[in-house]
Formats: sequence, C-alpha cells, structure tokens
Amino acid sequence: MSEIRNELKYLSSHEWARLEEDGTVTVGISDHAQDALGDVVYVETPEVGATLAAGDEAGVVESVKAASDIYAPVSGEVVEVNEALEDAPETVNSSPYDEGWFYRVKPSDTSELDKLLDADAYRAESEED
Amino acid sequence: MGNRTPLYDAHVAMGGKMVDFGGWDMPLHYGSQLEEHNKVRTAAGMFDVSHMTVVDIDGDGARDYLRHLLANDVAKLDGKPGKALYTGMLNERGGVIDDLIVYLRDPGYRVVVNCATREKDLAWMQEQAADFDVTLAERPELAMVAIQGPEALDKAKEVLGIEWTAAIDSLKPFQSVARGDWFVARTGYTGEDGLEIMLPAGDADGFWRALEKAGVAPCGLGARDTLRLEAGMNLYGHEMDDDTSPLAANMGWTIAWEPEERRFIGREPLEAEKAAGKKLKLVGLVLEERGVLRAGQVVRVDGSDEAGIITSGTFSPTLGHSIALARVPVSVGDSAQVEIRKKLVPVKVVKPCFVRNGKSVI
Repeated sequence: MSEIRNELKYLSSHEWARLEEDGTVTVGISDHAQDALGDVVYVETPEVGATLAAGDEAGVVESVKAASDIYAPVSGEVVEVNEALEDAPETVNSSPYDEGWFYRVKPSDTSELDKLLDADAYRAESEED
Repeated sequence: MGNRTPLYDAHVAMGGKMVDFGGWDMPLHYGSQLEEHNKVRTAAGMFDVSHMTVVDIDGDGARDYLRHLLANDVAKLDGKPGKALYTGMLNERGGVIDDLIVYLRDPGYRVVVNCATREKDLAWMQEQAADFDVTLAERPELAMVAIQGPEALDKAKEVLGIEWTAAIDSLKPFQSVARGDWFVARTGYTGEDGLEIMLPAGDADGFWRALEKAGVAPCGLGARDTLRLEAGMNLYGHEMDDDTSPLAANMGWTIAWEPEERRFIGREPLEAEKAAGKKLKLVGLVLEERGVLRAGQVVRVDGSDEAGIITSGTFSPTLGHSIALARVPVSVGDSAQVEIRKKLVPVKVVKPCFVRNGKSVI
C-alpha cells in the first residue's frame, strides 16, 4: 500500500504540493505515482525563473517503463529546482515526499491550494486506479 | 483473474508485482527492474517463461512438414540431436506469423512459440499439417524457467546436482539435452550465457525456490524486455508481425534460401522483395542526451521522405542512456532524428545489437 501524507495537497494526476514556512510551495509526485512508474531514469524539471499557471506542464518524469508529464498544482514563479535529481533520479522512487521533490514556486495565489485534493480525497481517487 | 503458471505462488511470496500479460498473471518486477537487469548482466537471474507454448511434433512426416512450415531449414539439424534453430513462421504474403525456436528431439521435434500468438499459431500449424504424416501435441503440463547471466550455468549445476553436471558442461550454445520430462537448453533471450529449462509443473516451485536460495535473482517481464532489447533481439508484435517482412526485421539470416527447391511458405513474396531491393530495414538507435526513446515515435532519415518508426525503445541500464530498435528506409546513414514530444532529437544509428555478455558492442 502506498503512503499518502496527510499534510500535503494533491492533484488527481498524482503531483503533491506542500506550503512551506517561507511561503513557497514545493512540488513532487506521490508514492503511488512513483510505484506505478517503476524505476525513474530521467526527470525534466522547469527552469528557475519560469512562470507557471496551475495546470501547466511543468516537466516530465521518465521511468524505464513510461514517460509521464508533470502538471503544476499552483501558479507562480519557479524559485528552485531539485538539481540532485539529474544525477540521482532514483531518489524519486526512494523518497518521493522528501529528497525526491521536483521544484519550488513562489505562489501567486495561495488560495489555489484550497482547490487541490486533500489526502482523503486523493486516497479515494488513487484507490480507484 | 488470468491464467497462472505453476510459479504464481512463488512470485507472490517473493514480492512480485503481478500484471496481466496476454491473459496470464505474470511478475513485472520484484521491487526494482533495474536491479534485476543488472543482476543478469553481472551474476545470474531467473525468469518464469511457463506462459510460452511448447508443442511437440512427431511422425514420419515431421521433418518434411517443418521444412514446408518454417523459413529456416530444419535439415540443418539432421544428425544433431538436441540442436536448436531460430526461425520465422511466415504466412503466404511473407509476413511473420511468429518467431520460434525448434529443437531436434530425435525422434521428433519440439517448438516453443509465443504466448500472445498461441491460438493463431496452433490453428495455422494444424491447417498446414493436413498434408503431412505428423502429430502436434501441446505440452501445457510443462513449466519453463530461464536462468541467465555469467553465473547461470554454475548456479544451475549447483541446484540440479551431480547427475546433471556433465550434461550441462558438455552443452554448447543452442543445444539441449533431455532426461525424462526435464529438458535443458543453452538458449535465452538476454544476450548472456544461460539455460532455458522445461520441467514438470509439479517440480517447478521447488526448483525456483532452490535457485533463489542459491543466489539467482527472480526477474520479471520488465527486465526481460530491457535485456532482450539491449541484446537486439526481436519481440513479436514490435519488430515483426503478420504484415512485416522478415527482411525488414533483421531476420534475413534466419531464411534458408538453399536448397532452391525447398518451397517454404512465404518464399515467393520474399524472393520478389529481394529482387526488387528491400525498402526498409531494422536498425539500432542510440540517444546520448537525456530522454527515453519509445515505441511508436517517428524517425526522420536523410535521403527519404518516408518516415521510419521506433518498434521498441527503452532506457538501457547497461549503457546508461536510451536505445531503440527502429524500422527505417534503407537510405539511412549513421545518424537520424527522432520526434520526442514535438521536438526533433538527434540519434546515432547503429547495428541492431547493443550489449553482449555484459559489455557494450556499439
């Protein structure tokens, strides 16, 4: 059974978003997503400074098995990307919620977080998969 | 619920992630496809291939029947009991119904065909058998385990014990030896040394668990696919199918043109194709930048407006970047471009074989 963290918000396309203490939002993919993809071999993150709208394609994660687009859960400017994934993409498999994060944005509208799925709603959706 | 092989319980007990494969519940991986892949390249791994279809062919007409049915010539096996031959089974248009291995059992033959094509294969083989003194007998009571990797033969001997040691030591590549219902062949689908073992279903679970105790890693269909692709081996439904000529699938070497009077099924359209000059061929592609080549992506080559297509693509764990097999116009040079998510990406064009015995050959 895959782990779903209660403090995170989710998209039904399996991205998670976490509001940090400094007001930025960190984005990654869920444990369920990494398990379904299998061994991750490449992660394409957005560029620092890029402006993303909620729902935009923000990158791609490629596993041995398949390629999967990553969508932005919230709008904002990209302030940091996880460069460690370039050399160690398997971190997405081993630590999807911590070391395996993809990028951080300075959100333009934090109320967008309220429109995302909470852990219970995401759990219900991913069990239907 | 799909069909289950005699090893289903062992797969679940060993943490196999079970998926549907052609109507069978098969393990995709047991945790990490990459680790399983690397284990086969560096030590030894094992695969449950019991879903494949084994057919024994007997009768006075068996040899003539197979010389008519198959594009390669079983006369090459004459006087060499246990010897194996890889071949296509073609339709009258010269397309590939299936690819298979045929073994000389002496007397009789044994063929192993793909599970996904089982029904059409058997129907075709029965239909063609009508004019020959031959019987076809499926052997669903047999399980099949492939043990592959540089340590595969040593591990197999360790588990099978002293009475098999001499027999395995004397097995040359593409040879087999039978004892009772056990059938051990030095064949495989990974580009490594190894064995494919057919055995009674009731013996399979114990054999599998003993191999695991001896340090042979259970491997799923995921690793089986990346290993065969690195080895440049075809997968039915990808590199060839009913509408693809073996000449466009790197199977020209499996067609026995001599003797000329052997009129095997599909010979005429292939002769016509050869005389006209073939238009498509199978090549290997290597992507050295980031990204992964996938089946279905379009390939652009110099000297032709016709597009090629990737038939199988993956990340190569051994090489550390992506590789693919592609069917492209014969004008292709030593580079090409692949459309990946609307972008044209340059790739190197190589012979369709990337890794042999653990080492890069590109």
